[in-house]
Amino acid sequence: MKKLFSLILTAVLAISMLAGCSGNRTGGIVNTDGSTSMADVMGALTEAFREREPNITVNYSGTGSGSGISGVLDGTCDIGLSSRELKQEEMEQGAVAHVVALDGVAVVVNPKNTVTDLTTEQIAEIFTGKITNWSELGGADAPIAVYGREDGSGTRSAFEEIVGVEGACVYTNEYGSTGDVIGNVASNENAIGYASLSAVDSSVTAAKVNGVSPSEATVKDGSYTIQRPFVMVTKEDVELSQAAQAFLDFASSPEAAPYITAAGAVYPN
Amino acid sequence: MQVLFTLCGLAAVGLVLLITIYLIISGLPAIQNIGLFQFLFGKTWAAGRDQYGILPLILTSICGTAGAIVIGVPIGFFTAVFLAKVAPKNISNVIRPAISLLAGIPSVVYGLVGMCVLVPALRNWLHLPAGDSLLAAIIVLAIMILPSIISLSETALETVPKEYEEASLALGATKLETYFRVSVPAARSGIATAVVLGIGRAVGETMAIMMVAGNVANMPALTRSVRFLTTGISIELNYSQDGSLQRQALFSIGLVLFLFIMLINGFLNLVLKREKEG
Repeated sequence: MKKLFSLILTAVLAISMLAGCSGNRTGGIVNTDGSTSMADVMGALTEAFREREPNITVNYSGTGSGSGISGVLDGTCDIGLSSRELKQEEMEQGAVAHVVALDGVAVVVNPKNTVTDLTTEQIAEIFTGKITNWSELGGADAPIAVYGREDGSGTRSAFEEIVGVEGACVYTNEYGSTGDVIGNVASNENAIGYASLSAVDSSVTAAKVNGVSPSEATVKDGSYTIQRPFVMVTKEDVELSQAAQAFLDFASSPEAAPYITAAGAVYPN
Repeated sequence: MQVLFTLCGLAAVGLVLLITIYLIISGLPAIQNIGLFQFLFGKTWAAGRDQYGILPLILTSICGTAGAIVIGVPIGFFTAVFLAKVAPKNISNVIRPAISLLAGIPSVVYGLVGMCVLVPALRNWLHLPAGDSLLAAIIVLAIMILPSIISLSETALETVPKEYEEASLALGATKLETYFRVSVPAARSGIATAVVLGIGRAVGETMAIMMVAGNVANMPALTRSVRFLTTGISIELNYSQDGSLQRQALFSIGLVLFLFIMLINGFLNLVLKREKEG
């Protein structure tokens, strides 16, 4: 009897797994894949979307902008997520960008650091290794630890491009994720780093850039200059499933604005 | 039944072949593109500028492993001698489980402790900007290879026939002379195996050193942030574009790492074979 029961249970479980597959085909699941910087925004959007369309599940996996874009081009996910503008070659392969939000890249220092207002030139000099001690900026006599992201990261390319230090940075340490940078800046008084504004918390200080402190208002009106787009990527000529289209429409609609704002990013329109 | 066992054996061989072939196929294009010499001996790794030289990574892996061996092997070896020969039973009964526990700790935990304790300590002692450095990685690696060195050496020492030691003692040698002049030489092949396995573990370790090494592709220097072959792959894989030269170059690093491990294994076999023949 027990054996029969477990057999039936196994069968039911196996069938329910198949049910999951068929749900995928009829469009109940949207797979999104890409930038780790977009985790908060995606979380907020997914939650809000679930209230509207409870039958559609939106999956998010944070693998990085590059692999998100190649994922949507290969068809392994429905919507790719990129925290940088698309490259020419990616657009040639058919990638289409839908900007859903703007994000400031904050320059973060340890809360104990007294240097909290920097010019773009000073930032460039710190990151290229011309300024190596905080005392040169009016701070304590301590060496500067320059923290950044690894090559290929959307935050890194956005930051280096905007500040004008592309390929010229002399990093003390490189980290594989936004959270690592913030955590390590928070634990080292000498450190300076950069991270998505939406991910900055009270454990670090976001420095003013040219006298403007990063916030939603200053990113939206453009006065805070270190900013980048959050992009949902689809492929040209590939029709989205109904579910994916519904999610994309929702994310680009004014309805999504409060959720994007709540996640620390800026609604672009 | 025999067929089943044969199949299992073949599956293992097949998997090794599959991985080897895959690594070669995906690793060669970038090397051809960049040029073998440029790739192996180029001093700059900067994917953003299309510069793919892995000399700093290779040298870091060699220095890191060598450092770990220099620190880890003496400690491990003397601990093994202590446990096998000198220690009273009740003391070795405490130390032995502690060592097997050390072997069971996941590498990410070593990394975490290194990151939270070792790195800030180095920063304060040596007045470094960050503290993430080759030195930190060496210390973490040295601790990580201890368990395998200790337990293998100890086993080797314990299998030395009692008669050897008794004969030595009977000839008037002291206990310490007996251990180091008779037992250790008799167990040397086992100890050599332990060291080579330690090297293998140190070369292949990724997670723990990624958390303490700083991961900038500098030429190795004790107090500077460095990038190993293993961490070079894992830190850039997520964000590299599929099919790009960067992604292909990461596979090429994998191929180089694979050859490293093959060399070490080959060396191990040579050591064991020579022992058997000698």
